Amino acid sequence: MSYSKIVISIVHSRFFPLYLLILTSLLMSFDRPAFAGEITGFVATESRIFPRSPLAPVQKGTGVSLALQPEYYHDWANGTQSVLFVPFLRYDQHDGKRTHFDIRELYWQWVGSTWELRVGLRRVFWGVTESVHLVDIINQTDLVEDIDGEHKLGQPMVSFSWIRNWGVINFFVLPGFRTQTFPGVDGRLRFPVTVDNSQVQYESDAGEKHIDWAVRYSHTLGNFDLGIAHFSGTDREPRLLPGRDENNNEVLTPVYNLIDQTSLDLQYTIGGWLWKLEAISRKTRKQRMTAFAAGFEYTFANIRNSAIDLGVIAEYLFDDRDPNNFYPTAFEDDIFLGTRLGFNDVQSTELLFGAIIDRKNRSSFLNLEASRRVGSAFKATLEIRGFVNLDNSDFLYAFRRDTYIRVELRRYF
Amino acid sequence: MFNSKNYSPQQFQTTSHAVVLESTKSMQWLLVVGLTFWTIMALPLLGWADSEKSAEERGLAIAVEADKRDTGFGDFTADMTMILRNRHGEESIRELRTRTLEVDGDGDKSLVIFDMPRDVKGTAFLSFTHKVGADDQWLYLPALKRVKRIASNNKSGPFMGSEFAYEDIASQEVEKYTYKFLREEIYEGQEVFVIERYPVDKKSGYTRQVGWVDKDHYRPLKIDFYDRKNALLKTLTYHGYQQYLNKYWRADEMRMINHQTGKSTILKWQNYKFATGLTDKDFNKNSLKRVR
Repeated sequence: MSYSKIVISIVHSRFFPLYLLILTSLLMSFDRPAFAGEITGFVATESRIFPRSPLAPVQKGTGVSLALQPEYYHDWANGTQSVLFVPFLRYDQHDGKRTHFDIRELYWQWVGSTWELRVGLRRVFWGVTESVHLVDIINQTDLVEDIDGEHKLGQPMVSFSWIRNWGVINFFVLPGFRTQTFPGVDGRLRFPVTVDNSQVQYESDAGEKHIDWAVRYSHTLGNFDLGIAHFSGTDREPRLLPGRDENNNEVLTPVYNLIDQTSLDLQYTIGGWLWKLEAISRKTRKQRMTAFAAGFEYTFANIRNSAIDLGVIAEYLFDDRDPNNFYPTAFEDDIFLGTRLGFNDVQSTELLFGAIIDRKNRSSFLNLEASRRVGSAFKATLEIRGFVNLDNSDFLYAFRRDTYIRVELRRYF
Repeated sequence: MFNSKNYSPQQFQTTSHAVVLESTKSMQWLLVVGLTFWTIMALPLLGWADSEKSAEERGLAIAVEADKRDTGFGDFTADMTMILRNRHGEESIRELRTRTLEVDGDGDKSLVIFDMPRDVKGTAFLSFTHKVGADDQWLYLPALKRVKRIASNNKSGPFMGSEFAYEDIASQEVEKYTYKFLREEIYEGQEVFVIERYPVDKKSGYTRQVGWVDKDHYRPLKIDFYDRKNALLKTLTYHGYQQYLNKYWRADEMRMINHQTGKSTILKWQNYKFATGLTDKDFNKNSLKRVR
């Protein structure tokens, strides 16, 4: 897309960090500018600290990064029609691939009494589980943003929702494919060999112009929340094949297959219990794979009148994919154990700690996320992501020296 | 295939049922006549009978009357500003918008949209309150575009860090409490009933609440909340009542003071609009995702 090329060329200019630093400081220090219409959003400054030296000497260590995500919203015709525009920009001190621009959302929405129509770039979330997001397939993952798979690229689409008493049916037509982002050679949290996104291959002859489609039925029946969906089109997860770049360096080239995926997401809510299930069956021309995540979250609310909520989460992850034919997964037969603390204080202090442990080789991914509001417009976040006890057969083995601490300060405007 | 052996007993049952019905009807007739007679005879005594009701019955009757007077509003929208104040007088502001739909025969449906603080802007909370049993609650998280069904056992916890618990701001259904009439008195120049109510739900943060309800309009003027140890925890007072649609009373301001921590929250209501034409369709997971 040409807009991203223009923006990226600005982003890569010599003085860009200076421009962005000035812009960031301005946004951090002043109040909301007096624009017409509704402009909100955030600007964030982040530091990622890698205590251990990298695998490859070219990979950098601790660095800083800035991000900006404004949001413009305007509606008319009594709110039945609206536009939303959410561009996103990140500048990373070390990794040129992590420095990136994306239009997260830019769409027009028209709402009737029993239907909704949306045209443009959007983000759509499906699913219920906490540790993995198997059924969430509409958007491509923005992997350089975060390895948690919760950051997504804007997906071009026409989507229509039909809202009835017996449930909601969503239809999606998805023209224009977005490739998964991967860290560059200087970056951390990458494979020993980097992924070369300039050599993307598609199974479809139409390449990135292949038109994908999806349909989803969702409904609430008493204590059950249910979603059944089917997606047909280009897989969001590429296979990574060994290859060479133009300088004859070893690289991984992404290959995107055509797939059909049927999914189910289900939650049963009773008292303090949330019982969750996500399951997918994905089929390429050659092979079928199945994966599911199932478990619960139980909340001990307002413990001893301290206002504190303590949640206990356990999920079992299963995935039978053949890494030769699919994007590899680290979670073939794993257990996720987590705990969530909500302090329910004025600053909305929250803490989430979890570990995903491979049942066979005990390779573990640890995750701690803590956040707290500062004043009325700032939010501070601390994240620690740890890779421990990694077995050399595990997919995460590539990240064995990439345990990191991330500190972010965000200003909302 | 029809089998005559099976068919005939059914016919017999139908006939005997009709006979039973006939005799029930005549019994009912007698009962109605009898009751009417005794009611007419007893009319002059009703004033006496009222005070001879048990304190529990009188308490319930007041709650039922208050509920009756607030029934039929249909729907309303309003803006809320919460001013949270800690012991040192430091303030923190929350701004919310709320939409409420009355549901025949069950608790209200409501949607709360968060505008301030800015980090939670766009977050929306949908709840279906039920007269009996747990409420249904969903939360929309705009950063992830995710709707989460959440556990509703947190009713005693604070709402947005304020001194209002979820159960304080939820739709107040008669069935959620049992009642006891305490006394009549004058509160700030108005004649009031003082009643006590006891939460049915074991998950409630209170053993009891004492409410001052004005005799003219059955509006709550003040509520004392007693914690699980039966110690006075909070006091809520209502200020600036205004009448909407010539019937429904809403306070402009609600002040909650926590006696145990010294913290307080002022909840200001603005822009009350009734009969806005909201329907069921504005209160589902789909509409939750697109509220602004």
